[in-house]
Amino acid sequence: MTIVEKIIAAHSDRAEVRPGEFVTAKVDLVMANDLTAGIAVDQFGKIGVEGVFDPKKVVFVMDHFVPNKDIATAEQVKRLREFAQAQGLIYLENVGIEHVVLPEMGLVLPGDLVVGADSHTCTYGALGAFATGMGSTDIAFAMATGEVWLKVPPTIEFLYCGKASKWVTGKDLILYTIGQIGVDGALYSAMEFTGDAVDALTMDERFTMANMAVEAGAKAGVFRVDDRTLDYVRARAERAFTAYESDPDAEYAQTIEIDASSLEPQISLPHSPDNVKPVSEVAGLRIDQAVIGSCTNGRLDDLRLCAEVLRGRRVHPRVRCIVIPGSQRVFLQAVREGLIEVFLEAGAVVSTPTCGPCVGGHMGIIASGERCISTTNRNFVGRMGSPEAEIFLSNPAVAAASAVTGEICHPEEVAKP
Amino acid sequence: MIRGRVHKYGSNIDTDAIIPARYANLRDPVELGRHCMENIDPSFAQKVRRGDIIVATSNFGCGSSREIAPLSIKGAGISCVIAKSFARIFFRNAINIGLPVLECAEAVDNTETGDELEVDLSSGEITNLSKGMVFKAAPYPDFIKGLISAGGLIEYARQILKSGGER
Repeated sequence: MTIVEKIIAAHSDRAEVRPGEFVTAKVDLVMANDLTAGIAVDQFGKIGVEGVFDPKKVVFVMDHFVPNKDIATAEQVKRLREFAQAQGLIYLENVGIEHVVLPEMGLVLPGDLVVGADSHTCTYGALGAFATGMGSTDIAFAMATGEVWLKVPPTIEFLYCGKASKWVTGKDLILYTIGQIGVDGALYSAMEFTGDAVDALTMDERFTMANMAVEAGAKAGVFRVDDRTLDYVRARAERAFTAYESDPDAEYAQTIEIDASSLEPQISLPHSPDNVKPVSEVAGLRIDQAVIGSCTNGRLDDLRLCAEVLRGRRVHPRVRCIVIPGSQRVFLQAVREGLIEVFLEAGAVVSTPTCGPCVGGHMGIIASGERCISTTNRNFVGRMGSPEAEIFLSNPAVAAASAVTGEICHPEEVAKP
Repeated sequence: MIRGRVHKYGSNIDTDAIIPARYANLRDPVELGRHCMENIDPSFAQKVRRGDIIVATSNFGCGSSREIAPLSIKGAGISCVIAKSFARIFFRNAINIGLPVLECAEAVDNTETGDELEVDLSSGEITNLSKGMVFKAAPYPDFIKGLISAGGLIEYARQILKSGGER
């Protein structure tokens, strides 16, 4: 069996599961956010149980429109805060972005089965967990019963070999992959990321890759647990966990090999994450805004990379450069390392953690005719504001370098090694 | 039996196209429906007559997990969505909120905007009345049929919790 099959089997009292089977699985954690918990709470009310199955396994994270951007949000968040308090749930407001915070706090561990009312819940696959996004009604069901129904997905293996060059990150590997297979290239499947090139990735880069599995239509994106994962989780875990690895004879629907050493930084062009080109083919396009942050690229490694490019340089006068640490912890560490000073001295603005501009919520909405380079995950029409704006997705170094020159460029143009 | 005019779209219609997140604080389906498809087809809400049908190619509903996506489609007056394939979260959400979603590549290939379709949800038969053609949608898996006949996921939860978790 593959990692995903093993985790699903272990959570559905079966010795073995096969792709295509329907199972009912126990969940280790159920998550919802300020955009999705409202309907989940309504639906939970209709089920007619008094309490959630286990308040220590249900977490509400207020992150999309917080700090509350308007009265409607404030009212919504107030209602969710009250529900969470009454139920004794884990409630996180102004702590950071869900997919940055949950791993950081050790709430998700290897071998877990996690469901969240957010499509990027697949991020936790970086820890060797099975984590998938669902809608609010499925989440209400899980809140009440501690279970979800699942169709066991086939697993596609993505085997990355070779050493990626400087400025080529996990973001570039996943953008390239999505460009190769398309936004429905892994529809209903799990993506398992393997090979020397992913073994060499930092945890933060693995989170970035797993995060964007859903952009290929996947149900999950997973990594095996290695020493790097164990170092990360041991510093945080307050309960036992299980590290699963795919069997040598595990059946993959397909294995796709990718040579990481041949890649440049990648850019996803409007208006679909699979419209991917190497940066050299897009260089020179003028930009109005650069956003560095989000559940995809708002972690410490991302900010360090951004600072490496911005240190001692100035953001182009035409460009608004917005840096958003993914969590309060990331923010604090960035302060301690002097990264925030680098951003401010470069002329960037630094926001409190929020999903904000990525989802067109606040903190950096773009106008018609504007072009934004962003380290986020989606460049759909109207995603970050006006439907007449354009969004280009990139890694943090490319976004920072483009902010300096005012046009999309390779980081080496700015930060000569 | 469903009968309605077709509004046809291409592939990878994402949830930001269906309902932008700026409306995420709305909960009323009718109000959400007024903004359905706004980012890619601003006149959609005005064009739709109650009972109309969306036909799209592949990966309909990709992107976010927002349940307001199928809710806004239903709120706009759409009776059913037919596509070659659906994004998985959207598919679950649609079933959960009672928006019929059918997979049928032949129907998609042989249907244009403005065609009149008749859909028999119990048999999965799709008739293009404008072209005089009949298609058969892929049946739901038994598990999902069971959920639907239980009255939906919430009713299913009530039943299993009442029976002490026995299925």
